[in-house]
Amino acid sequence: MLSELTVLEIIECGPRTRLGAGSGLFFLRINAPGWEKSAPGQFVMLRASIDQAEYLCARPFSICRLTDDYLGIFFQARGRATRDFAALKAGDRVCVWGPLGNFLPLDARVPTLILAGGIGIAPFVNYVDKHPDPEKITLEFGHRLPLGCYPFAELRPGCRASAHLEKNGRDREAFSALVKARIREFASSGIVLACGPTPFLRLVREFALKYKAETWLSLETRMACGIGACLGCAVKALLPPDVFIPSPAALAGPLQPEDTERFVQTCICGPNFRADRVLL
Amino acid sequence: MSMDKNVATQKLAVSLKGVRASLDLKNPVLTASGTFGYGLEFSLYGDLRKLGGIVVKGLSLKPREGNPMPRIAETSYGLLNSVGLQNCGAKAFLKEKLPLLPVESLPVIVNLYAVATDEFAELAGLFAGEKGVAALEVNISCPNVREGGLLFGQDARMAAQVTAAVRKRCPDRPLIVKLTPNVTDIAAIARACVEAGADIISCINTISAMAVDLSTRKPLLAAVTGGLSGPAVKPVALRCVWQVSRAVSVPVIGIGGVRNAGDVLEFILAGASAVQVGSASFFCPDTAFRIVEELPALMDKYGIDDLQALRGSLRIEGGE
Repeated sequence: MLSELTVLEIIECGPRTRLGAGSGLFFLRINAPGWEKSAPGQFVMLRASIDQAEYLCARPFSICRLTDDYLGIFFQARGRATRDFAALKAGDRVCVWGPLGNFLPLDARVPTLILAGGIGIAPFVNYVDKHPDPEKITLEFGHRLPLGCYPFAELRPGCRASAHLEKNGRDREAFSALVKARIREFASSGIVLACGPTPFLRLVREFALKYKAETWLSLETRMACGIGACLGCAVKALLPPDVFIPSPAALAGPLQPEDTERFVQTCICGPNFRADRVLL
Repeated sequence: MSMDKNVATQKLAVSLKGVRASLDLKNPVLTASGTFGYGLEFSLYGDLRKLGGIVVKGLSLKPREGNPMPRIAETSYGLLNSVGLQNCGAKAFLKEKLPLLPVESLPVIVNLYAVATDEFAELAGLFAGEKGVAALEVNISCPNVREGGLLFGQDARMAAQVTAAVRKRCPDRPLIVKLTPNVTDIAAIARACVEAGADIISCINTISAMAVDLSTRKPLLAAVTGGLSGPAVKPVALRCVWQVSRAVSVPVIGIGGVRNAGDVLEFILAGASAVQVGSASFFCPDTAFRIVEELPALMDKYGIDDLQALRGSLRIEGGE
């Protein structure tokens, strides 16, 4: 669905420095009454204006929260488009299409380990919101900026969520060790979901393969359209050899020895991929 | 539907009459190959049957994996790509995609990509008897793939050779040849293609280009160079359409930077019979549908009743 929607509020998250610099992390709330229901793990394409900007593409964002009242997006202002989004004000109009992409697996009975790094926490706020039994969820969150910069406090109560500040290499090693131990713990009877920077996802993937844990990685790639046409968001994945047209269904099952390496589009085959099927 | 709306819809119809075959369209808005997937990707954002037609992603005999990432980059008012013609292959398209398209009310044009003349002929043969295919568009110009396309489109003799080979295998279907702007004299290539049997010329394909990231000192595309599209290329496309339409007697389809109804009318003034909407479909997935909706009102605003009469009617002060 494509809609023109109204910005309700945008806030820069977390404390300011003594010189007044903000975190560069923003939570955007968009008025979305009756907007399509989405499943956890999906994303939207967002653009601030239709004809004015020198850059032309919309940008993909995880759905961080979708309530009856609003669509919430958590993002980092890094380039020219996201800096423009950061300058949006209440009442501004934005163009949004979605929800797009496949779902993160959600099973009320299965112990679920969530591993989030930095802004990779975004899709999991919605995931925990929609989970029928948040007590089944354990969430480990690694971050570098103060915790208040992230929507960690927005996580619905009930899940076991812990935050781990990374100030130096030693912290990073400790978090890596925790990730490894947790994946090992959940390998036999649970599932693992992860989102964050690519080096973090590589680490999760390595342990997931080592301990044969069913693990899903939520990827972020450069996209122009979000709907499967531009072919700009391809990643290498392992597909059954008889599949000519890749789909989430073709990538859903456990890896088979005959599966072969192919390009698939993150937008329509993902953004959530089994760790054993995607090559990072 | 009210009478007014009916009239408004009727006056959008265009007929692209080639030497051997014609393409009749309910309106002049097509979608460009490589920017509209296989059509169905966009069915959530508009009624495909309202479009003049669609040109699907370039198809090759065998599936192609395409180029390494990154494949796309934004430039000022443009989009640079080097996808490398990733596609499912002609046979998978015929089996798994074409049957899902509303071909009775939507002209579906296949775009052919190959690296040798006999491969082009073989590909054309696959579609020759296919009822759901309204026309063939031959890509002799894709600048993304090092081994092929570019060479055919940059040489009049080879462009003619490919056109003739496809024509022979597909004698009764409208044959569109899509030209590259990366040549010294696009009119000469167009003439060669028409003499070899092209019914319609479409132009332009992307402009060979590159972009650089100063902070990393790397090119923005893995393939280093790619093809530029988007509003940035529209003036080049208009110039090519103008030159080609004056050099050949067959219809011309304008492609390059179309993103609103005004752009469509500009291309028609310059000599096009129809246009293809390209990367603007990425920027907003309803672009082509919206252009069809907006055309009648814009034609009214400028007092245009007949698109056929508007074609090539650019007013040039003091003659030429």
